[in-house]
Amino acid sequence: MTTETLKTKASVLENLVAVRAMIRRHKRNDVIFAAIGLIALMLGLLTLLTLFIDLVMDGYSRFNLEFFSNFPSRRAANAGLLSAWVGSVLVMTVTFLTAVPMGVAAGLYLEEYAPKNWFSDLIEINVSNLAGVPSIIYGLLALGLFVYGLGLGESILTAGLTLGLLTLPVVIVSTREAIRGIPVAIREAAYAVGATKWQVVKDHVVKYSQGGILTGVIIGMSRAIGETAPIITIGALTFIAFLPPTPVTEVAPFINFEWLSSGFTVLPIQMFNWLSRPDHAFHTNAAATGAIIIVVTLLMNGTAIYLRYQIRKNIKW
Amino acid sequence: MINATTALKAESRDLNFFYSNGNQALKSVSMPLYENKITALIGPSGCGKSTFLRCFNRMHDLYPGNKYEGQIVMHPDNTNILEAGVDPIEVRMRISMVFQKPNPFPKSIFENVAYGLRVRGEKNNRTVADKVEEALKGAALWNEVKDRQQDLAFNLSGGQQQRLCIARALATDPEIMLFDEPTSALDPIATANIEELMSELKSKLTILVVTHNMQQAARVSDYTAYMYLGEMMEYGDTDTIFTRPTRKETEDYITGKFG
Repeated sequence: MTTETLKTKASVLENLVAVRAMIRRHKRNDVIFAAIGLIALMLGLLTLLTLFIDLVMDGYSRFNLEFFSNFPSRRAANAGLLSAWVGSVLVMTVTFLTAVPMGVAAGLYLEEYAPKNWFSDLIEINVSNLAGVPSIIYGLLALGLFVYGLGLGESILTAGLTLGLLTLPVVIVSTREAIRGIPVAIREAAYAVGATKWQVVKDHVVKYSQGGILTGVIIGMSRAIGETAPIITIGALTFIAFLPPTPVTEVAPFINFEWLSSGFTVLPIQMFNWLSRPDHAFHTNAAATGAIIIVVTLLMNGTAIYLRYQIRKNIKW
Repeated sequence: MINATTALKAESRDLNFFYSNGNQALKSVSMPLYENKITALIGPSGCGKSTFLRCFNRMHDLYPGNKYEGQIVMHPDNTNILEAGVDPIEVRMRISMVFQKPNPFPKSIFENVAYGLRVRGEKNNRTVADKVEEALKGAALWNEVKDRQQDLAFNLSGGQQQRLCIARALATDPEIMLFDEPTSALDPIATANIEELMSELKSKLTILVVTHNMQQAARVSDYTAYMYLGEMMEYGDTDTIFTRPTRKETEDYITGKFG
């Protein structure tokens, strides 16, 4: 009797040893995978970080107020970003004002109103595809459509609309994704009390998908702000020593739209211009501009993450 | 046993229902719905009881391709609510619904209950506040939330959330209230609260409830319908169905031999 019990105990212990050895073996795989993942992550991150640090080291001597308040100049030390950053801000304003309303409306229509059939599938494939089309193609399209077709010239409006087109699919896709994240139960709850489709869209769908839409908008815009190829294609000038007419005026009606048709340059174009100069001093300016573009992009993406967190905080499902 | 003095609130007549994939989920279902009574729909999973319930507020219209045949007539106005000319929104304004899982909006407690009034264009804040209070009282939630109506609905417990959903459905003063397995996501105490609430509510309106829980049907309902494979197998007052069912299938299901 006793030996029997002991025997059982021994076999239990033996088994336990085997189980522990097995768990150790399995856990080793955890460690190996985590290590591989970490290395992969670090390779990407460190490369970017090195690039950024390199840009900052090359360009830090230009990080002062004059760099932002001076026009480009033939002398590298006096040259500044004024026309470029003002141009970027104005172009992005046009991009924002066109891509966001159009993209959100298109996304809402496709998700909420459009009948689901082969045609909407076709549109869906094309929209997703558009998000991946090389930006220079947009540039060519814009050159034919906006510059020559509509006669808008090589203007801020043309550039804004071009980048708007580029951003549009990103906004549409992220709007749709955000809308799809809303549970069916919430929609049904709204319909069940007698809401119309529009009431459901405006009181629920738009409100609960704001975070996702906003994230998509900012990510799309932060891509657009660094775009160079389409802007070159539509003929942006590389040396601009003037500012577009100011959008806000001192006399009634206090607002004018002349700036839309003004020539312009933007940050990445200015950087490209400095980079292509043989004089090494200009490369310092280019490095500083590159660092600034990265910081701006980083700030925009950071804002996107923060806003999404703030908006999602009150929504749990 | 069916009391001749109870008024008919609605009835389905030879109702067939087809999902967009062509599946016929309901086959010639006819059933009365008596005013100020609770009618329970029981039957095994997939028997069509939820599908039947959701015909009453035209929920199937939200998904293209679904098709109704037959009638659901509401009294006293004799409107066939399935008719193409009847707007599903009008139907939902008369017949409200409580779902299986509590599904409050990510809004405040107050705004959840007020939403039905808002979609009806009620602008007067005093009226809205009064009706919200009345509905929260009707759903036995007022005492728990009266001091925190601006809190998010998600901060309530599961049982409270379901009562909030009942308040939301109640605020618009519906003629019929549909319950689709309202307690299946709740613990026994919250379940008992909801059941008690349903018994209180029937003085104000007519209730149709789908339940998986046989005891629940026996406890709360006045009439019970047993459905199987999209057909109405047996309908009668609850006592009769549970004690002397006429069909063998009903008895097998109720006694747990099947289902």
